[in-house]
Amino acid sequence: MDSFYRENIMDHYRNPRHRGRLDAPTVSHEELNPLCGDMIHMDLVIADGRLADARFDGHGCAISQAAASLLLEDVVGKGLAEVRAYDRDDLFELLGVPLSPARMKCALLSLGVLRAGLHAATDNGGSAATPVVAATADRAGSRSG
Amino acid sequence: MALDTAASTATLDVVAVRADFPILGETVGDKPLTYLDSAASSQKPEAVIRALDDYYRRYNANVHRGIYQISERATAAYEEARHKVARFIGAADNREVIFTRGTTESINLVAYAWGRANVRQGDVIIVTEMEHHSNLVPWQIMAQERGALIEAIPVTDEGRLDLEAYDRLLARHGGRVKLVAVTHVSNTLGTVNPVREVADRARAVGALTLVDGAQSVPHGPVNVGDLGCDFLAFSGHKMLGPMGIGVLWGKRAILEAMPPFNGGGSMIKRVALKESTYADLPNKFEAGTPSTGDAIALGVATDYLTALGMEAVRAHERDLTAYALDRLRAIGGLTLYGPPTAEERTGVFSFTLDDIHPHDLASILDEDGVCVRAGHHCTQPLMDRFGLTATARASVYVYNTPEEIDRLAAALERAKAIFAF
Repeated sequence: MDSFYRENIMDHYRNPRHRGRLDAPTVSHEELNPLCGDMIHMDLVIADGRLADARFDGHGCAISQAAASLLLEDVVGKGLAEVRAYDRDDLFELLGVPLSPARMKCALLSLGVLRAGLHAATDNGGSAATPVVAATADRAGSRSG
Repeated sequence: MALDTAASTATLDVVAVRADFPILGETVGDKPLTYLDSAASSQKPEAVIRALDDYYRRYNANVHRGIYQISERATAAYEEARHKVARFIGAADNREVIFTRGTTESINLVAYAWGRANVRQGDVIIVTEMEHHSNLVPWQIMAQERGALIEAIPVTDEGRLDLEAYDRLLARHGGRVKLVAVTHVSNTLGTVNPVREVADRARAVGALTLVDGAQSVPHGPVNVGDLGCDFLAFSGHKMLGPMGIGVLWGKRAILEAMPPFNGGGSMIKRVALKESTYADLPNKFEAGTPSTGDAIALGVATDYLTALGMEAVRAHERDLTAYALDRLRAIGGLTLYGPPTAEERTGVFSFTLDDIHPHDLASILDEDGVCVRAGHHCTQPLMDRFGLTATARASVYVYNTPEEIDRLAAALERAKAIFAF
């Protein structure tokens, strides 16, 4: 059986791209999966109709964290229309290995955060001067074991 | 009680047992199925599968009041199953055995039917920090409705109940304590709790005790007389029976004094438009068409377990637990939760490994055909107690072998290697 935990996935988990926070994001959004404790926070910078920059932060299983890294590596710099059209199949293709239904929600957490962030930014005129924290999740429930 | 005192040398022929379980011949990809999730649901022996098949092929009919032969046969088999279950748990009276959908429904039955009639504003229900959500949430709902208070017996670092803290709760609330809800065996830690002591101390202040037996009744000799409790709830599907059938045992006088739970057919004597009189036990608590085939198959599951011998079941699992504790502890970076020795626990092993998320562990183990559970195991307060969001949990039953524990250990080493770089 082909292991999901291949070098590429583990590389993105151990050495994530676009990880961290931005000083002046257009929008910030985060979501928590309370059942497993996976959390993804994203800071997005939208400029000239493009997703000019993005960072993610969070904790959780390797799949949720690697998916966020792979996703941002792929979408940063692209036009908003293209990023908005990005769907689950695009993300699964990026991951490259079929996921079991139980693990799909881990991978899809980052895509949900990205979409909700873009949606909030659009509602806000697309270039809000003040960062919009569209949702905050209780981080006290984070995994510590 | 026998789960913690059994010194039996009774043995179980695990090769013969495995041959009785068709699913154990399955493979996962090219790997043999290594099923280590019986605490969530057990596998079924051929005899149980055949009993279900036989019922639906040959005498499927609604029970009670069917004036024809297959209905009479179904009714007799259903009541025979009740008798088998009563005998299995040492109940003196078949009428004390109520068939439900499972442990959850059994506990809800008591919380609603008994709670509404007996719990007043300011009364206290004592639970424990290691309860499954099914032995917490029904009490919370009832307590909110009745204006009652929930108190919890804390859990020690080794995963035992803090009985001194329990005494302090009883001393503080005295006669206001109406019921103590305690699990016999923790589904997350495997801890065998001293329920007799818990029940005796509850009785001393006039409180009843409900024991969640979902993780104990399948795994060793359990006798309601020895437990000293007033209610015992358990599920069929964790003890080789089908899903959708469970049991509430209660002391007859208490059950008789309780109002009904669900209203409907079968639970009445006489119905008029504006009021009704209720049936005697056990029918009073079995409104609607029961899950007849599932009850019959549960009876067959108790036959199967009785033939193995519950002392032998306990001895098999205790040996396997001792082996698993040694094997798991030898894995560097693995943290095991719960009591340290096989004598004071059952074959349930919750652990974390380095900083690997339990869901990743379970996925990697799955690639090796090893089935374990990952998550909070419906015990979020217990997870909070240990500062965890999730653990991986392996659990064993009559059909598991030391070789399967070896496979678990090997898969955990592979997970470590994947995450090592």
